[in-house]
Amino acid sequence: MNKRSSWALPYFIFMVLFVVLPLLLIVFYSLQDGSGHFTLANIGKFFTDKDALSTFALSIEVAIENTFICILLGYPAAYILADKRLNRSAVTVVLFILPMWINALMRTLATAELFNMAGIALGKGTLLFGMAYDYLPFMIYPIYNVLNKMDKSYSEAAQDLGATPGQVFRKVTLPLSMPGIMSGVMMVFMPTVSTFAISEFLTNNKIKLFGTIIQENINNSMWNYGAALSLVMLLIIGITTFLQGGEAQEEATGGLI
Amino acid sequence: MSQNDVIIKVEHLSKSFGDKTVLDDINLEIKRGEFVTLLGPSGCGKTTMLRFIAGFNTADEGKIIMEGKDITDVPPFKRPLNTVFQRYALFPHLDVYDNIAFGLKLNKVPEEEIDKRVMKVLKLVSMSDYEDRDVESLSGGQQQRVAIARALINQPKVLLLDEPLAALDLKMRKDMQIELKEMHKKLGITFIYVTHDQEEALTLSDTIVVMNEGKIQQIGTPTDIYNEPVNAFVADFIGESNILKGRMIRDRRVAFIKHEFDCVDEGFGEDVKVDVVVRPEDIYFTTDPAKCQFKAKVNSCIFKGVHYEMWVDTDTGYELMIQDYDPYPVGSEVMLYIDPDDIQVMKKEREANTYAAKVTGEGEVEFLGTTFACDTTGFEEGDEVVATIRFEKVDLLDYEEEADTTGNVVFILYMGNHYHLTVKTESGENIWVDTNDIWDKGDFVGIKILPEDIRLSKPAAGNE
Repeated sequence: MNKRSSWALPYFIFMVLFVVLPLLLIVFYSLQDGSGHFTLANIGKFFTDKDALSTFALSIEVAIENTFICILLGYPAAYILADKRLNRSAVTVVLFILPMWINALMRTLATAELFNMAGIALGKGTLLFGMAYDYLPFMIYPIYNVLNKMDKSYSEAAQDLGATPGQVFRKVTLPLSMPGIMSGVMMVFMPTVSTFAISEFLTNNKIKLFGTIIQENINNSMWNYGAALSLVMLLIIGITTFLQGGEAQEEATGGLI
Repeated sequence: MSQNDVIIKVEHLSKSFGDKTVLDDINLEIKRGEFVTLLGPSGCGKTTMLRFIAGFNTADEGKIIMEGKDITDVPPFKRPLNTVFQRYALFPHLDVYDNIAFGLKLNKVPEEEIDKRVMKVLKLVSMSDYEDRDVESLSGGQQQRVAIARALINQPKVLLLDEPLAALDLKMRKDMQIELKEMHKKLGITFIYVTHDQEEALTLSDTIVVMNEGKIQQIGTPTDIYNEPVNAFVADFIGESNILKGRMIRDRRVAFIKHEFDCVDEGFGEDVKVDVVVRPEDIYFTTDPAKCQFKAKVNSCIFKGVHYEMWVDTDTGYELMIQDYDPYPVGSEVMLYIDPDDIQVMKKEREANTYAAKVTGEGEVEFLGTTFACDTTGFEEGDEVVATIRFEKVDLLDYEEEADTTGNVVFILYMGNHYHLTVKTESGENIWVDTNDIWDKGDFVGIKILPEDIRLSKPAAGNE
């Protein structure tokens, strides 16, 4: 057993160096002022900084909107992909996942160029379009996974008991696919809150998101305030994950990728 | 029987999945209030047929008529029947109460009535006080009861049950069998029950429909099916039996195991090859030489709880199974007799393998999807012929290299002194083989036929 556990050592070192240590650094920096003294001022500053607060609110709003768009587009797509009568080939599934193989930054840049060529003004509309485009596969895949693995006999039993196809969906398929939806929501909502590249390219920085101001602060060497903002965001993500803990458990069967 | 008594009628039902024919021109009438069992080995088409009645499978051909109305194209949610699924299919996101009330809630039945009916049906399946339980916290048997309650609460005219007891342990299965039978009596509705367990079918059913390879083999009461199987498959599938090659000498006189016996069967003709079935409990020991029909030596004797199961070697070299309440020591010489009533004579389904074949060249003939060498004297290239191969002339090999074609053993019948195998070849056709070698069901075998063992003849007039 001891020999085996030593195999985990490289991963352990990796985790410490690239996950634990940076996290500790964020906490460390956020609780310091410029000259290295302990302070809570950075975190306090966020709660009094009207700009930061409104950006934060906007980020959450955009993230919620994006998540809804992804559910609305992604669920039917996943449903069609998982239905053997509608989709007989695994290739279609790959086609939906395919965009993920291209770097997100390049996709976003290309999308921005397309809008420029078409003469469409960049703004919130283009931002949401770009986000949905980028994150849709993350919504489709977990839902597809759950639907694909769902025992067909559930929907047959419902039909057998007199449910019309619509009722089968509302009363059985949808509730049973909730773990997939929750998993998709986590994979879409959280990255959307912290994104900055998409808003930068697709709105020309007209719309700033929370990720953007973190990036600006760090770019301008405001390490401590930037770290404090990151910490706030981490806490938000941590809390949402915790609140979804119940569903996240089932997600193990839902599967991400 | 008046037309009114028939609740479900299946007409010319056929279904294939790809190349595989699952149901082959099935016709069946089910009477109102009957407990009908579709019985057969896995893959025989029984579940497909049940799903067709429930409305989940569409047929390639055929109609289903319920109470005089054609319901072939009626979707499952509009059919007045309910199903108990093999793995229960209880909704995991609903508790016991909501699972059972599912159908009533869809129909907007008033709350109070739902309440009353749920409690009543829970009592019927002996699950009172379980209404608030999470379905996943229930044992297999309890889930089964909930599944039955959920189907029964809609008061269907027909209840379909797809191997409902297959997942339960033996004791539980026996208890549930009795309860199902009682429920059927009490409710008076039609039960259509699918199982591969012959004992379960014999215990529960009013009528058994024995199926194999997509065809109905026999329809009858449990006693009919047991006592008078129409062919070797049914005899072998239902209960234990000695199945033997025989020859009908004349009416009421049959020869098998190289002895002659009186029997009660008539109308086969004189000197006609037949199959004979004798149940192991129908061979009697005697000490009276006048009664003795043949002698044998006991070669094994095993206590089976109620009776002893003995294998004996007859003086003519056949092996028979006998069940008796008294044991006879291994090695002892015994005298045996069989009552005429207990000998079941069956028409032989085939006496040899015959295939529509085509002469593809001098000394070459094509059938079973491949070419065989054989004597083609008297035929020309391109002739359509019939190739006949006797069962014992087919060689089975456990390697493919020298084989003409390959196949899988799908059915094995012990005929007293040899095995009669059904082998499904690569081309999807069956070849029947008599052999002394021991093979297992599912074995992959090479098939070899020597040129001199293939006999060609002209196709009979009228045949294609």
